[in-house]
Amino acid sequence: MTDSTVADTRRLNSKPQDLTDAYGPPSNFLEIDVFDPQIVGVGRTRYTTYQVRMRTNLPIFKLKDSCVRRRYSDFEWLKNELERDSKIVVPPLPGKALKRQLPFLGGEGLFEESFIEERRSGLEQFINRIAGHPLAQNERCLHMFLQEESIDRNYIPGKV
Amino acid sequence: MSFLGGLFGPVCEIDVLLNDAENRKTAELKTEDGKVEKHYLFYDGESVSGKVNLNVKQGGKRLEHQGIRIEFVGQIELFSDKSNTHEFVDLVKELALPGEITQNRSYDFEFMQVEKPYESYTGANVRLRYFLRVTIVRRLSDLVKEYELIVHQLATYPDVNNSIKMEVGIEDCLHIEFEYNKSKYHLKDVIVGKIYFLLVRIKIQHMELQLIKKEITGIGPSTATETETVAKYEIMDGAPVKGESIPIRLFLAGYDLTPTMRDVNKKFSVRFFLNLVLVDEEDRRYFKQQEIVLWRKAPEKIRKRNFHQRYESPEPRTQPVNAEQPEM
Repeated sequence: MTDSTVADTRRLNSKPQDLTDAYGPPSNFLEIDVFDPQIVGVGRTRYTTYQVRMRTNLPIFKLKDSCVRRRYSDFEWLKNELERDSKIVVPPLPGKALKRQLPFLGGEGLFEESFIEERRSGLEQFINRIAGHPLAQNERCLHMFLQEESIDRNYIPGKV
Repeated sequence: MSFLGGLFGPVCEIDVLLNDAENRKTAELKTEDGKVEKHYLFYDGESVSGKVNLNVKQGGKRLEHQGIRIEFVGQIELFSDKSNTHEFVDLVKELALPGEITQNRSYDFEFMQVEKPYESYTGANVRLRYFLRVTIVRRLSDLVKEYELIVHQLATYPDVNNSIKMEVGIEDCLHIEFEYNKSKYHLKDVIVGKIYFLLVRIKIQHMELQLIKKEITGIGPSTATETETVAKYEIMDGAPVKGESIPIRLFLAGYDLTPTMRDVNKKFSVRFFLNLVLVDEEDRRYFKQQEIVLWRKAPEKIRKRNFHQRYESPEPRTQPVNAEQPEM
């Protein structure tokens, strides 16, 4: 029995790629921007809202371009829903900043520019990480958060 | 060399010398603490013969004994239970009847065409070893000397060696087809394969191929699995799209591997797996593990040698040794 002393390391044959696949847009396009912080309300009941804009070509999302306004507690709501209903490890949100809400401390508290920017960036990171997770994409709460004008906290949780 | 002492200093040195030491190859094996040791290499069916030399120390007492013997031992030792070694081979030759040793002596021994069913192996939780053990039996405590050997198990090219080809994925997210050119590879082989992307709806950052070794010891409820990543090899950097094909070429000779060992003496197994790992931009990992069989190919010289050599009668020797009447 003879065997070659040098192994055959030639590549396996493969199908040539379709040019429309090679040069077309990728099927994984998903971008979410969190921007345009606005302070809503007066006095002690003021809070900040952010614009959340999603652009995607993933078939699981009904709208390929959606824009909604959300506040920090809405993000908290989404995190809690996902932690309860899905098996994924949910990434952390930027901090609650309870200290900033204390009235006797100086400065602008929650509405300080640098703090808002830090929070905006953290929220953007959070929502992009979540929305790209294949298991989170099955949850109704995520779709409601991203694509419906307001969040119905009495909704029926479930899968899409 | 060994320095075996009684209460009043060293009494006797026991040395083992193999007859064909000049022509015999050595092999390396890692010890339990990670050191690399070299010992003479044997294959299944080969005879093990040589001399036992006893070196009585000058000014030492006369060595009274109740017999001298040599054993060829094949042993499995589970590190979790070292007192209970299991000997699957134990051949004995009596070298001397009870008596006394007053001067240096030499005894010939031969174990003919010894069956060595398994390969020597040192792992995380188990060790399989072969050795010669010389015992000088005494009333209070025996003098024992162990002489380590290494055994390799050889195999021939498998008759059937199908490629592994499979389509896997996460529904609506990621579909790939992976292919490896064989299911059985020898230790110096090359894994040639490819990954074909059918659907990519996640943002992949890179893809790597891992070679994983699993050592499984124990049976039933008390099995312990020790997993080791022997090799990690990045095969793709960047985001692929549908229709792309990524080639794989992994040379096994660069890694410290043993053959696949299945259910050795019902005590342990050593198995190998290829683990294909895709990592997305958020560090989420998607993986598929696939078992491959590794086998040891006979070295060039052995294959060319007359295959019937192990069944030829041994060379006549100048000193005939008779097991029933050992030399005194």
